[in-house]
Amino acid sequence: MSGSRERILARLRGRRTPPPPPPASDMRPFAAHEWTQEERVERFRSAIESVHGEVHRVAHDGWITCLLERLQARGITNLLAPADTALGRELRHAWPADGPELLRYDRPIEDWKPELFHQVQAGLTAARGGIAETGSLILWPGPGEPRLASLVPPVHIAVLDADQLHTTLLEAMRAQHWARGMPTNALLISGPSKTADIEQTLAYGVHGPRELIVLVRE
Amino acid sequence: MSATQTPVQAFHRRVHDAIHDARIRANFRSAMDGLMSKRRTAFADWDLERLRELGAAIRQRALTRLPDLLEELERNCQANGIRVHWAETDEEACHIILDICRAHDARQVIKGKSMVSEEMELNHFLQQHGIQALESDLGEYIVQLAGETPSHIIMPAIHKNTGEISELMHEKTGTEPSRDVDYLTAAARSQLRERFMQADVGISGVNFAVAETGTLCLVENEGNGRLTTTVPPVHIAVTGIEKVVERLEDVAPLLSLLTRSATGQHITTYFNMISGPRRDGELDGPQEVHLVLVDSGRSGIYQDDELLETLRCIRCGACMNHCPVYTRVGGHAYGTTYPGPIGKILMPHLLGLEATSELPSASTLCGACGDVCPVKIPIPRLLVRLRREAVEGDGQHPGMVAGHGVKRRRWEVAIWRLWSWLHARPGLYRAGIAAATRFRWLQPRRLGAWTRYRTAPRLAPRSLHALMKARASGGNPR
Ligand code: SF4
Repeated sequence: MSGSRERILARLRGRRTPPPPPPASDMRPFAAHEWTQEERVERFRSAIESVHGEVHRVAHDGWITCLLERLQARGITNLLAPADTALGRELRHAWPADGPELLRYDRPIEDWKPELFHQVQAGLTAARGGIAETGSLILWPGPGEPRLASLVPPVHIAVLDADQLHTTLLEAMRAQHWARGMPTNALLISGPSKTADIEQTLAYGVHGPRELIVLVRE
Repeated sequence: MSATQTPVQAFHRRVHDAIHDARIRANFRSAMDGLMSKRRTAFADWDLERLRELGAAIRQRALTRLPDLLEELERNCQANGIRVHWAETDEEACHIILDICRAHDARQVIKGKSMVSEEMELNHFLQQHGIQALESDLGEYIVQLAGETPSHIIMPAIHKNTGEISELMHEKTGTEPSRDVDYLTAAARSQLRERFMQADVGISGVNFAVAETGTLCLVENEGNGRLTTTVPPVHIAVTGIEKVVERLEDVAPLLSLLTRSATGQHITTYFNMISGPRRDGELDGPQEVHLVLVDSGRSGIYQDDELLETLRCIRCGACMNHCPVYTRVGGHAYGTTYPGPIGKILMPHLLGLEATSELPSASTLCGACGDVCPVKIPIPRLLVRLRREAVEGDGQHPGMVAGHGVKRRRWEVAIWRLWSWLHARPGLYRAGIAAATRFRWLQPRRLGAWTRYRTAPRLAPRSLHALMKARASGGNPR
């Protein structure tokens, strides 16, 4: 293995002269836009809706009611939700006794794969931020919100604070200092799972969630 | 295809068959038309030229520092807990992956889309060693069910229509015959979900590998890539050495160029950035992440300033979507892992010109590929370069690519020598032209491949020189 490494690097370094250098990268077209928060939310909404997602603008104290309505409208009877995060605590505190059953992701995936894959009807996560231009949620899964919570259940509901909406990906990366340290997994999610692999016809929910619902708190 | 055919004959056979297959032509035509118009719309509000220049600059900057960046990538991946492997050849890469699988007693492997693994014929290799590798991207899954290879690098099953896919799934997996795409998709979902749960190892490709942070980026719509890299206990990412970029920020423009060029999407549903295995306290994600860096001919291309531009490619497929030849013959006619314009400039490096001598010539040089390429690879110029390499180049441009000179023919060389010798001797040249015009009725009507679809050009009764001379002296030019 190390032999190959050395040989590959030696070949690359064996050029007579270094490859021609490019002009400096002009990142301006991607840097940021001067959009008000209202514009950001509306752009975000129209981008998500254009790919079959749902966006609901809610007050900070109204998101749980909105969530309950969305779940009830779909006849969803259980929801995988964080427990030990700010969002999870707020949710559990206010959850009505007759609401859908709240499930916890409190074991390693190996211990409950079949249950997660077959029984969970919806997954709730927070979003670390959003990108208005492309209608993307930024998720950094971690111990409180494992990676699969936003992927395996057929419905994914994300809670996003409007003041965390950036205009572009580049702006978000810079504002949140991504390059200083990335988590084991970081995600941009921009709609429900989809495919056009059968004759260019769009179909949703091919491997991931069929539905994406975003509650924008403002 | 009979075993006695030469690569050239086999190529012509495939092209002939494809051109005469109305179904293939219809499937590609409609798909490519749609993709072209979606791309146009996606860039409508942008200064596309400026974006392409940026894309090219970012990729070129990475290539300029390639060996250093690979080391930096390795260092940062290792610091993140990702194990890095280097493979000089496809074969070595296959063995590395097999060893990892064996170390985990893996029987079943689930795969996300990876063109490099197609290059390596990894599935076949693992199969031979008793390991089942199942493709999970819907297009790849369909192609695998059919026992075929992808006909497009982004949409592997684009050569099939819904009816054909329905029949195939019915036959191989027992679904009901149906033209309902939602039904077929849901059926594939449930078939594959079980396999995700059972898989011992997940294998994926990489779209960008970020040196600065040791991050592997994957672009996808379906979610199968995320499942592949999250559910099984081991994740192996395999990529060509050229996929590295310097900084995390570089990814933002490249991602935008990639998805808009490929399918006209502003962004794909998922952009998955992996910087390490499951850490303490985390409840999912693989326990081990491996990165296999594959050279397989790339460091050879790297030696030449012009050919090197090939390595900027971000595999968006726009060049094939816009190629008049690809649209008519489809992806399989090329007979190589990467079809279309990018295949024509890349495959000769990976396989050598002996096996691919016809590829650079199978182009009209219309320039569409170069015009749409988001990283400004001058594909037409590279095609001309490879054509020259195939007949051995000249003193200034000695052949570099493996198998150069394979199309060199003694008689052709002799004819051109005679031609240039004649042109350097005005008296003889004039005599020659006079003879050629006088005896032009002797000119053959058939000129090999040229006249298969065209009529032969006819020599004029008087040469241009003669006409101009007559005109200058005031005579009747006729
Ligand atoms: S050569 Fe250019 S257009 Fe073709 S796949 Fe690569 S990046 Fe895309």
